[in-house]
Amino acid sequence: MLEALTVATAVAALALAAWCGWAAYRDQPTKDWHFIGMAVVTLLALAQLVVGVVQLARGEKPEQGTTIFVSYLIGAFSCVPAAAFMSLAERTRWGSITVAAGGVVLAVLQVRLYDIWGG
Amino acid sequence: MAVPAEEPGKPGRTRLIGGPGMLLVWLYGVMVVGAVSRSAVQIATEFDKAPLAYSLSAGAGLVYGFITYSLVRGGERARRAALVCCAAELAGVLIVGTWTLADPSAFPDSTVWSDYGMGYLFIPVLLPITAMFWLRGSRTRRQSAP
Repeated sequence: MLEALTVATAVAALALAAWCGWAAYRDQPTKDWHFIGMAVVTLLALAQLVVGVVQLARGEKPEQGTTIFVSYLIGAFSCVPAAAFMSLAERTRWGSITVAAGGVVLAVLQVRLYDIWGG
Repeated sequence: MAVPAEEPGKPGRTRLIGGPGMLLVWLYGVMVVGAVSRSAVQIATEFDKAPLAYSLSAGAGLVYGFITYSLVRGGERARRAALVCCAAELAGVLIVGTWTLADPSAFPDSTVWSDYGMGYLFIPVLLPITAMFWLRGSRTRRQSAP
């Protein structure tokens, strides 16, 4: 369950990065549709956070330690919303690039989460 | 994370977070969270294992934090301070990067700056260079458009 969510979130994050990268390439700021995309990715990260905490509560142990696992889960959850707020403040192509960078960072976090859980 | 736009008509600080500056703030923000939380966990749990590496990570986190704050704050003094810190950061990543390659035994565990920041997609070495270009450009832009 957690692994499937990790893969799904990573793929969605990369898709978001590509989409916003495309908007930046066409010199456009993020639009409503992009924010819906960010919401979807954030929901995936939230689901992952919940599932991760539930698995911890059921007594499963991440390979590289609970503290690191939880901090990465929280970081993954807050990554895209933070970038979204910054793109709201920056209504140019640079806002789009910021969200694209946020998507790439989230994908990297997912790879690390996969390792930390011991997949 | 959201930064309120400067009030229109209010004279003063050069805004450093417009356009590409926003991307820089984001990347620096990520590095702050990465370096500070990583070193906090490591210093709290296993400081004896690699005290030098963990202290360096913590120091790097502080430098990143200061640069982020300067960028968000804006203004000429903040711009200069950020420029100095970026130079220090670049020197740090080059020195520590070379050091980790030359004498790996000094670093039982890796730091943010190990191998020129390879574990962080080389962001630690690319970021200060980009930021210094951006900060230098901010001065010329202000002079040409008073």
